[in-house]
Amino acid sequence: MVIIAKNPVHAVLFLILAFFNAAGLFILLGAEFLAMLLIVVYVGAVAVLFLFVVMMLDVDFAELKAGFIKNAPVGLLVGGTVLIELALLFLSRGFGLGLAKAPGAAMPGAGSGISNTAALGQILYTKYAFFFQGAGLILLVAMIGAIVLTLRQREGVKRQSISAQNARNPATAVEIVKVPSGGAVIPAVASATAIKSRL
Amino acid sequence: MAGGELNTWWDWGIWLLLTLAASAAVVFGLLIIIAFLLLMDRKVWAAVQLRRGPNVVGPFGLLQSFADLIKFALKEPLIPAGADKGVFLLAPLATATFALAAWAVIPLSEDGWGKWVISDLNVGILYLLAISSLGVYGIIMGGWASNSKYPFMGSLRSAAQMVSYEVSIGLVIITVLLLVGSLNMTDIVNAQKLGLGTRAGLPASMFDWHWLVLFPMFVVFFISALAETNRPPFDLPEAESELVAGFMVEYSSTPYLLFMLGEYVAITTMCALTTILFLGGWLPPLAVAPFTWVPGIFWFILKCTLVFFMFAMVKAMVPRYRYDQLMRLGWKVFLPLSLVMVVLVASVLHFGGLAP
Repeated sequence: MVIIAKNPVHAVLFLILAFFNAAGLFILLGAEFLAMLLIVVYVGAVAVLFLFVVMMLDVDFAELKAGFIKNAPVGLLVGGTVLIELALLFLSRGFGLGLAKAPGAAMPGAGSGISNTAALGQILYTKYAFFFQGAGLILLVAMIGAIVLTLRQREGVKRQSISAQNARNPATAVEIVKVPSGGAVIPAVASATAIKSRL
Repeated sequence: MAGGELNTWWDWGIWLLLTLAASAAVVFGLLIIIAFLLLMDRKVWAAVQLRRGPNVVGPFGLLQSFADLIKFALKEPLIPAGADKGVFLLAPLATATFALAAWAVIPLSEDGWGKWVISDLNVGILYLLAISSLGVYGIIMGGWASNSKYPFMGSLRSAAQMVSYEVSIGLVIITVLLLVGSLNMTDIVNAQKLGLGTRAGLPASMFDWHWLVLFPMFVVFFISALAETNRPPFDLPEAESELVAGFMVEYSSTPYLLFMLGEYVAITTMCALTTILFLGGWLPPLAVAPFTWVPGIFWFILKCTLVFFMFAMVKAMVPRYRYDQLMRLGWKVFLPLSLVMVVLVASVLHFGGLAP
């Protein structure tokens, strides 16, 4: 449904449904922590950004569809390869029925009284600590890269400085002008001279 | 709730019936409480502004919410011609469903009969975080499907706002979890039986709860909860003065009612979460004779109502934030503050030898 939906927003909504189903599969496997993480990270944050981008972009989808027939053989080749691999895998393992009969058997520590959150933490922060930090570093680099690519400093942009605003007091913000008696103050002239005198 | 082995269809059937009954009880109880919370919200708001508030339907206006319900349900649901009909109707349903689903893991009390909760998940608090992050979809879908400018702007604002404040809520929850050492909601409350007060030699009391130890986090959580539920002063998604009513502009009748319901259920969820994380859940404020006789559910509801009263007072007193100020507060103030607190709490626990 994700790839055959005509409307891209519907496609993203179906993608979210697919994430949900993946989380459901994790729960059936006994991996509740991973399931919750999948929903928090993918559904809660990543898919929201997807939806944002798809809603804001005004892509011409008729043009994209025009390339469909041309690229179909390549797509069929790749898809067919993956399908055959999956079929071989399932046939050799008897459709994974062994797993389905004992849900949770695939998880380390299941049945030994330790929750799989704790099991995951113990293995991730001891055995795989360097890989974990390496993954974190890669994400940081990606984030900095994105910021560097999009950040630009422009001249003449008015910005608000909250600390400067909070630091204002009557002495710095208000100017008391002595008006000579009898002499009319013409606002335009007065402000022009005031600006000149400040310069 | 689901104790024992589930071997036969008979066991499954009984388990299913019990779960359904518990869910129905929670949902109906919640809806009735929300009807009166809505009234309380309006009454507090009115009292701050020296008005009377709703006072016509029933004694003291007590039946006002029910009158509103009937009015909403009997009106004609309008669907704009340009709207995406399926998504348009799905959006309020999603909001209400996700909001109600959060209550599956909230423990109301624990006594001789066991835990008063539908599903005592090991990862309860993560489930709650996940479900509350789903609430944003109802709003985005509603805003987009309306196919109109104001709802779209409102939904974009709301989505960015909720995703931002989710981060600080998550970090605050992490600090609490560091003190508790479990993701289970019941464990979080039970961990507050011992704390600062008992270490100082006092009997178990309200000084043991996390609000005192983690006071800055309590404040951050409360403000983030306001932003997460789109309550004033952070109700920019539906800012009347600029966006008419935000993502709800095109909605009427029952779909609107569902949006409204989802919003208030999310608010009560946040009140309950504040109560569980920081205010000791169903624990009495002082564990001595007259207080311990009172059932835990009473304390739980009392604390939730107290938190809701604070929500209502904030709504009445604080002016609305501007959008860039809102984002600044979320990303530049709360995020660094809560990050520092996570490190600080973890260090104190580790080097003080207090880690659970």
